[in-house]
Amino acid sequence: MPAQTLPQIPIKKGEPAYKLWIFEPGWKGELPLILNLRQMAEQKRPAILPGHRLCAGCAAPIIVKLASFAFRGPTIVVNATGCLEVATTIFPYTSWAVPWIHNAFENSAATASGVESAIKAFKKTGRLQWDHVDVVVFAGDGGTFDIGLQSLSGAAERGHDFLYILYDNEAYMNTGIQRSGGTPKYAWTTTSPVGTVLPGKTQNKKPIADIMVAHRIPYVATATPAHWLDFIKKVRKGIEVNGPAFIHALSSCDRGWRHDTSLTIEISRRAVDTCYFPLWEWTPKTGYLLTDRSLAIARNPKLKQPIEKFLEIQGRFRHLLKPENRHLLRELQEYVDSVWEDLLNRAANAPR
Amino acid sequence: MTEAVKTPKIPPEEQELLTINGDEAVAYAVKQSLVDVVAAYPITPQTIIVEKFSEFVANGEVHTEFVPVESEHSAMSAVVGAAAAGARAFTATAANGLALMWEILYIAASLRLPIVLAVANRALSAPINIHCDHSDAYGMRDSGWVQLFVENVQEAYDTTIQAFKIAEDERVLLPVAVNLDGFFLSHTLENIRLLPDEKVHEFLGGYRKVPKVKVDYFDEEVPLMLNPARPLSFGPLDLYDYYFEHKMHQVEAMKRVPEVVREVNDKWYELTGRKYGDGILVPYEVEDADIVVTVLGSTAGTVRHVVKKLRREGKKVGMVRIRMFRPFPHEELAKLLKDAKVVGVMDRGISFGSYGPSFLEINTALYDYKEKPLLVNYVYGLGGRDAPPELIEKMFEELLKDAEKGVVENKLRFLGVRE
Ligand SMILES: Cc1ncc(C[n+]2csc(CCOP(=O)(O)OP(=O)(O)O)c2C)c(N)n1
Ligand code: SF4
Repeated sequence: MPAQTLPQIPIKKGEPAYKLWIFEPGWKGELPLILNLRQMAEQKRPAILPGHRLCAGCAAPIIVKLASFAFRGPTIVVNATGCLEVATTIFPYTSWAVPWIHNAFENSAATASGVESAIKAFKKTGRLQWDHVDVVVFAGDGGTFDIGLQSLSGAAERGHDFLYILYDNEAYMNTGIQRSGGTPKYAWTTTSPVGTVLPGKTQNKKPIADIMVAHRIPYVATATPAHWLDFIKKVRKGIEVNGPAFIHALSSCDRGWRHDTSLTIEISRRAVDTCYFPLWEWTPKTGYLLTDRSLAIARNPKLKQPIEKFLEIQGRFRHLLKPENRHLLRELQEYVDSVWEDLLNRAANAPR
Repeated sequence: MTEAVKTPKIPPEEQELLTINGDEAVAYAVKQSLVDVVAAYPITPQTIIVEKFSEFVANGEVHTEFVPVESEHSAMSAVVGAAAAGARAFTATAANGLALMWEILYIAASLRLPIVLAVANRALSAPINIHCDHSDAYGMRDSGWVQLFVENVQEAYDTTIQAFKIAEDERVLLPVAVNLDGFFLSHTLENIRLLPDEKVHEFLGGYRKVPKVKVDYFDEEVPLMLNPARPLSFGPLDLYDYYFEHKMHQVEAMKRVPEVVREVNDKWYELTGRKYGDGILVPYEVEDADIVVTVLGSTAGTVRHVVKKLRREGKKVGMVRIRMFRPFPHEELAKLLKDAKVVGVMDRGISFGSYGPSFLEINTALYDYKEKPLLVNYVYGLGGRDAPPELIEKMFEELLKDAEKGVVENKLRFLGVRE
């Protein structure tokens, strides 16, 4: 095995091997102590280290990095099969500075259930070195909307204490851009190609975050890497609640969405600006609450952009911009509007 | 077969006598084994294990976290997570449930997690059937698990405790499946003896101890677990440049299993006065036998009974019960069988388009001998079809005729099936 050049991880007796939270232990405030991204990146070691092999421009590692800034202490990460898993741990290398386990594709929530149960058993018998060890799952849309839904639903029903972060790149990217339950209507993928008869995927995206709300778990939220402070705060809340928490993070994929590698953050921004991907959080007590840019749009509807703004920089929707497909575009706009209206009706903080 | 040692460390009168079935025996063994996490899903005939164990949890008799998962796939997935986190973990299933676990069985073994799994053996669908055969266990034979088969309820209890000891031995670090015949053992009451709790704890060395490994980015050896103080990555992508070597580690670990199983069997004998052959094979009347039958699981009791009867009639017959199916004891078994005239191999399962799985193993075991017995495969008892003494006797009579003739015409026979 070749010698590794991972950064030295300082280990002192009784201390965790890394410190990556921006909320120092015991901090009770709403905002993190460091509010500057550059400072955060310089001073804190994220859970994912440089050198991984995700594509340039991939949003997934940004999501992991931002999420890990909100970790509050010892944390174990569970990862479903997919791009993130494959590209961060090609043996004998690993990009993970935290204990990490990949079991299979569809079972990350069940695996997390087991890890969390082990921690509980250790705690009960005085064998846990720390007060608390958090469990965070990262899984793609395929591993969440489709093949992993049963294990996620089961773990949510049983009430295990873990945070599940879905990085949703809206297709099975690791196997080469196949459609999933998370792929939006009319998107091109290799199994929903644009042909002479079919205009890409013919079904709508599954409302996964609402499905998790229906489980009435303590915390559900949506997020994007562009709205980073909103995301970090949500991760922190998800970790702090007792019981399952779920964050649906939109994760652009330049390979599958066919966009320029420099547009990752811009696309995430536009997804929110067009209300294609509204930002909100939900708890059993507060119900739906709009957050960040989506709250601003709700207060000032003039900020809402037409759906083309989101589609026009992505090759997977190119066919929708052709004159003969104008009716599809209109249909898509109507769908986005109806979902947004529905959310405005439910959100407690939307202006009436 | 249990033989009594003259002075076991714990004399029988200090071992509690209970009248329980095989599933309950497994549940008691798990209760005494300081198991941290049990994840399981109901399926007949395994369900009683989970029900009984839930009672222990509900009454606060164990520290165990019980995870009532939504499927067997998740049961195996959860115990993989738990064992990777350093816990002692257990699950149980049968038939379709075991089939649903299949993907994760391989992962559990490849991650070298010492999980213990009880299988209350049951036929696979379709047609759906809840009764005993070994098709479920045969289906996992290539997954990298150690597979033990028990003959009676006492052995189910003993073996479940032993399984943790074997799995966690640093020479092994492999998951272990304990097979008990559905209904014949899972639901049948027997008087068995249980050790005091603290003796079981002592036998297992207390809570699970995680082995330490050398990883190049840490100066000192680190515990092989998900440990926030010493982060390791479990289950990475592993391509053609390392995967093969990692499989070789599993091959080597399997080679070390027999010595550990023997040692554990011996230690158990000193402690309790009970042993099962050498832990691997349980021979009966084979020394001068012309006809030897091999068998797995509870049918061995019936076969032994018939051997006894035929011996009284002066017929030179014998039996070997195969207690450990994976790793398969090729050499040891061949030594016991090589001098017989005919060997009848009983399989409660079949590989369609081939023979029964233990027949294939025994053929392999005997191939290198110049002088070797004739071999016949008896597939029997599928879907719980009974194998009464008369049927076993008929089989021995056929084999005696084969021995007389000196040739075997029909190698694959179906015992107890309607024409
Ligand atoms: C049971 C099973 N079926 C199929 C696969 C093949 N497979 C591996 S990764 C993957 C796609 C993952 O997609 P997603 O969850 O969306 O994550 P992404 O790669 O897009 O990040 C598939 C289909 C598998 N590993 N296991
Ligand atoms: S294919 Fe897409 S999701 Fe996968 S690493 Fe590349 S950009 Fe990221």
